[in-house]
Amino acid sequence: MPNGEGRRDDRRAPRAPLGREDRPATAPAAPAAPTAPAGSAGAGGAGGAGGAGEAPSDPAIGSIGRRLAGRRFFVTGGTGFLGTALIERILRTLPDAEVVALVRPGRRATAASRATREILRNDCFARLRREAGERFDADIAPRLRAVAGDVSRDGLGLDDEGRALLASCDVVVHSAATVSFDAPLDQAVEINLLGPARVASTVADVHRGAGTTTLPHMIAVSTAYVAGTHQGEASEELLEHNRFSLDVDWRAEVDHARRLRHDLEATSRQAEHLVRFAKKAREELGGAGEHVLAARAERLRDEWIKRRLVDAGTTRAQSLGWPDAYPFTKAMGERALVEGHGKGTAPEPDVVPLTIVRPSIIESALAEPVPGWIRGFRMAEPIIISYARGLLREFPGVPEGVTDVIPVDMVVAAILAVAATGPDPEGPCVFHVASGVRNPLRYGRLVELVQQWFGQHPVYDDRNQPISVPDWTFPGRGRVQRQLQRATRAMDTVERLITVLPLRGRQAAFSATIEDRNTLAKRALGYVELYGAYTETEARYRVDRLLALWEGLDDEDRRRYCFDPAAIDWDHYALDVHLPSIVEHARVRMAPGRSVVEARPERARRAILSPDRHLAVFDLEHTLIASNVVDTYAWLASRHLPAARRPAFVADLLRQAPGLLALDRRDRGDFLRAFYRRYEGAPAARLEDDAWELFHRQLLPRAFPGGLARVRAHRRLGHRTLLITGALDFVVAPLRPLFDDIVCAHMAERDGRLTGTLDELPPIGEARALLLGDYAAAHGLSLGESVAYADSASDLAMLEAVGFPVAVNPETRLAAIARRRGWHVEHWAKAAGGAQRPLPLGPLDVRPPGAAGRHSAGTLPSGGRSA
Amino acid sequence: MSPRPGLVLEVDRSTPPTLFWHGERFVLERLPEGSRVVYAPEPLAALEDPVAAVRHALLHPVGDSEPLPALLRPGMRLTICFDDVSLPLPPMAAPDVRQLVIEQVLDLAAAAGVDDVVLVAALALHRRMTEAELRHALGDRVYDAFAPHGLLTQHDAEDPDNLVHLGTTDHGEDVEINKRAATSDLLVYVNINLVAMDGGHKSVATGLASYRSLRHHHNPQTMRHSRSFMDAPSSELHSANWRMGRFIADSGVKVFQIETTLNNDAFPERFAFLQKREWEWSLRDRASYLAVAGALERTPARLARQVLHSVRAPYGLTSVQAGEVEAVHAVTTANVWRQQGVEVDGQTDVLTMGLPYICPYNVSSIMNPILVACLGLGYFFNMYRGRPLVREGGVLILHHPTRWEFHPGHHPSYIDFFEEVLAQTTDPVEMSKTYEEAFATDPWYVHLYRTGHAYHGVHPFYMWYWCAHALAHLGRVIVVGGDPAAVRRLGFSPASSLDDALELARDVVGPSPTLTHVHTPPILMADVR
Repeated sequence: MPNGEGRRDDRRAPRAPLGREDRPATAPAAPAAPTAPAGSAGAGGAGGAGGAGEAPSDPAIGSIGRRLAGRRFFVTGGTGFLGTALIERILRTLPDAEVVALVRPGRRATAASRATREILRNDCFARLRREAGERFDADIAPRLRAVAGDVSRDGLGLDDEGRALLASCDVVVHSAATVSFDAPLDQAVEINLLGPARVASTVADVHRGAGTTTLPHMIAVSTAYVAGTHQGEASEELLEHNRFSLDVDWRAEVDHARRLRHDLEATSRQAEHLVRFAKKAREELGGAGEHVLAARAERLRDEWIKRRLVDAGTTRAQSLGWPDAYPFTKAMGERALVEGHGKGTAPEPDVVPLTIVRPSIIESALAEPVPGWIRGFRMAEPIIISYARGLLREFPGVPEGVTDVIPVDMVVAAILAVAATGPDPEGPCVFHVASGVRNPLRYGRLVELVQQWFGQHPVYDDRNQPISVPDWTFPGRGRVQRQLQRATRAMDTVERLITVLPLRGRQAAFSATIEDRNTLAKRALGYVELYGAYTETEARYRVDRLLALWEGLDDEDRRRYCFDPAAIDWDHYALDVHLPSIVEHARVRMAPGRSVVEARPERARRAILSPDRHLAVFDLEHTLIASNVVDTYAWLASRHLPAARRPAFVADLLRQAPGLLALDRRDRGDFLRAFYRRYEGAPAARLEDDAWELFHRQLLPRAFPGGLARVRAHRRLGHRTLLITGALDFVVAPLRPLFDDIVCAHMAERDGRLTGTLDELPPIGEARALLLGDYAAAHGLSLGESVAYADSASDLAMLEAVGFPVAVNPETRLAAIARRRGWHVEHWAKAAGGAQRPLPLGPLDVRPPGAAGRHSAGTLPSGGRSA
Repeated sequence: MSPRPGLVLEVDRSTPPTLFWHGERFVLERLPEGSRVVYAPEPLAALEDPVAAVRHALLHPVGDSEPLPALLRPGMRLTICFDDVSLPLPPMAAPDVRQLVIEQVLDLAAAAGVDDVVLVAALALHRRMTEAELRHALGDRVYDAFAPHGLLTQHDAEDPDNLVHLGTTDHGEDVEINKRAATSDLLVYVNINLVAMDGGHKSVATGLASYRSLRHHHNPQTMRHSRSFMDAPSSELHSANWRMGRFIADSGVKVFQIETTLNNDAFPERFAFLQKREWEWSLRDRASYLAVAGALERTPARLARQVLHSVRAPYGLTSVQAGEVEAVHAVTTANVWRQQGVEVDGQTDVLTMGLPYICPYNVSSIMNPILVACLGLGYFFNMYRGRPLVREGGVLILHHPTRWEFHPGHHPSYIDFFEEVLAQTTDPVEMSKTYEEAFATDPWYVHLYRTGHAYHGVHPFYMWYWCAHALAHLGRVIVVGGDPAAVRRLGFSPASSLDDALELARDVVGPSPTLTHVHTPPILMADVR
């Protein structure tokens, strides 16, 4: 076996420990404080001396520990499942070893803050934090250094400092990948296909620049499925030696994927598509305002392109014998990586020594750092949870087929063992990390174990009933697919029907449930389509080389870095480790108790009515009062209309109703401006007077008492209350005492008569969000601490602007949005007994002209209330 | 033939089923043998010439008072106050007594050259009357003469500019009333005394008062010590009002009190069977019962309510007296008693009553669950002198649909009271301590009370305090045919039939209880020996 221990001698200048670069570079490197590996707290003390290069001689840490102590690792994909586990293991068990992690900066987060949040604060590190105590922040955290970069960019997007850090590394572990099985083809190509070769060439490049003689060992994480899922045995060999493997030109695949993206971008901008996206956005959101609609349409365009690219990836992969784009692009990536490495010939001096590690399906940890540790929801978990919830009645698979699962800690251990061993001097080599040959888990057994566990630990539904799990009959994939397709098609139809019905409140919430179920069914269908191939896999991934590596380890290494798949007791792993862990992650209800559906609204209400809130903003129509501008107009206009002319008025209004409704759906602003023109020439004083009657006789009986009580509850708590409505000022005047402020539409007046035109834009749609922002700024209030109440998707911009959006009796579209985003929903009803007159006509005013006293808000004629 | 007095009937095998009001409907129930049914006296004969009677009363006052013309002089400030829409029930057919009286008072004032005259509807914390209701009470002539000039006003208990604090009584009670009335040279108050509680010093001290003043006697303590509030000498409510009334008089406010009594002819001809004793129903009565009951049964509740609320009572005026408050009220009480009093021997274990669609606070409106409680436990339970009809720890069975319905315009604070207060406590003392203040001072309720037609924010509390004596006295309250959720919210027990209710009652009062049914309409006062 090649000995990695002696290879790395004084080939590069002494380097400063990570996180201490602020110290003068010339100063002798301070010995890093020792990190005690688990179980040998005192032993690591000796390991710190000498910094990089010199291996501690303590036998208790084993040869892997000795060889890798003080080494510096460059890790890509550190925020991923495998990467996090790898970094944790390095920092916890390898004395003084350091990690340089390549992290893509987020939109708002730097690479360093992402590393802290997504790596060090992950519960993976809970054990190390506990064991290290205060030393964690002082000694351990600084051994991780994040550098900003991106494997989908040439040169990894590294700056000079990043390149210098990369040049200082001894081992490079490339585990960054887009593992989602339905990634768009071009993204999978950039990351999975080109990523590994980019890493290798960048490593070579920075070392050339630094003038070092020996290149670091690169370990590329791939997947066992690059060898395909077809029947037969797959050996640990490069793809070019695999007899089944087609000789595909990876460069052509890259060109094709890039061109496809280019073409789709162009196609999606063709008029017919743009019109379709705009139409769909309007269907979803109604008159939410141009910006919101435009943003939605643009997102639909992106989604359309993405879907096309996903389909293209799957189709291309399947045409070449892979189940989907992930193993296909990973396979191409391996080919791109090993180009120039001829097996059997010594590598060229500036070619990075390479080892490929191919795990099968990585699942939760068997033992390290703690049994059951898992990050993110992966492939099997959503399927298992869907099954436990009774949503997935069937999943295809062959009962005697092998489900090749490998715990994450075994993959990490194998990588470290490979790193300690060093590269094969004869050229790139491959290790499978898979259980299927050495310790097969039959699919039938797995299903039995899952059934057994959920039989004993049922998930509880919203009504506190335990869900009984169905028996799987192992049908063929086609049958399950057809069943699910039928179900989703039926629900699609129902959903389309519901969207066009004018539903609100609870009915709309019901339609949101349909939509939810549809989403779940579609997801289940997706699982079957995507993952079905993996449960039907008949390939067997040989692990001879891995076992040879295992045989070469001493006892201490075997104890600390177990990767022998034979060590897994599948019953124990499924029942005691994996299932309890994923159930906890999924946050499903495992015990009867207070219904989650009840507890959540209460929690939300408490948050909304916390004294910490600043502002509560309310929409009016259908949020506080079941009325609209047409009702209001009809009432006011008919108030002075003689009985004989009323039928004609009603008929006229009804005739125009469909057009008005359509206009309202198209653009609320246009609708209001058009509709308000009807007020042209109306006597302002009389309307102001009638508005009070309108309020008490028409609006108040249609108000939601729960809503009015909520406004006052906010005021009692000291929150500012604001009404934003497109209704006219004189109509909402009687509501003034309820709110601190009212923003509404104002109509110009000339010679005591209304002009029919608005003074300024009515506060509707997106304008509300802007108004709200200005209002909050003017009063020194934080929108993040504010609550907004509205009933319609046209108020989306306003709801999105605040920290606590509340959907009140939402119409279908908003109900769906609220459900998806977890927004609080209130169902406020009119007082039972409130007016239910079908036609909002004002009772004829029989008073002689001038008889009516004129009210104004707050001030009343003195000498008592006028009759 | 002079009208027959009240009657207590003992139910035997030959007794036909007994009529119960059930909201907008009525039902016939067969009561267990041995039960008693209490019937009111038949309607007294109406005065033949009401106009002359009114004029006679104004010219021949009782007590220490000069005739009205002697109190009127040019240049004086005259304020005429009148009872609001809560009286009488059902509203009486035109012309209303108030119109008869006020027209004559105005005639006398005009003759005396008084031109500073203002009319004030004495609302207390009730809802403002609508124009139609004012026109009905006063007549178009009076309305059109006053309203357009702002001289017809409705008392506003929340208008700081139009209230005057006269001081506090020797019991520390604030006396704060309508400023125009208090600062007039003469205050004429026109009453309709439908029940014995109405009138006396309560007219001004309550009808024209503010919340600050009313809270001294509209509270659970006072109501628990008013046994009953229909019997002024035994009523703490009246003691307080009398203290305040005398304080108002001592403050120099000159009150000329006019009180009127009506007979109990409460329903028009087509509902004649309602007021008759069942065994005396003629063929025509039976036919009209079947027709009316059947029609109402088939009519949606909302429509049935509209039909019934449009019923106008053919009340006849039985007496009118004017002059000094206490002397006038003594005469009035005797007249009310003459029409409504029935002697009953001994209390009962179980008292049953059917509740109608109307009470003083839901004219042209919805009888919400709180008003159901108030009508049963507040009004009807208290229609006694001496001892309550039902023994302490006994059971009251109400017959009413008790729907979870509220008029949002008239009773906004009731909705929140039902949702927020009654859901927490049904104890009047507890709620007065914890919740009353917030409701009474809520600016939104104040706004709706002042500008709309809403009862004051504190009003539902008063309705519940009205029940305080009964709540403390009774062992259980059962509602037959009520919405179970609403009934339970009130703290009562729902029952689907009278038999079920009696079964429930036996758990409280023992296996073979005595049962008494109060037959309404018409209303009656039990003199329990």
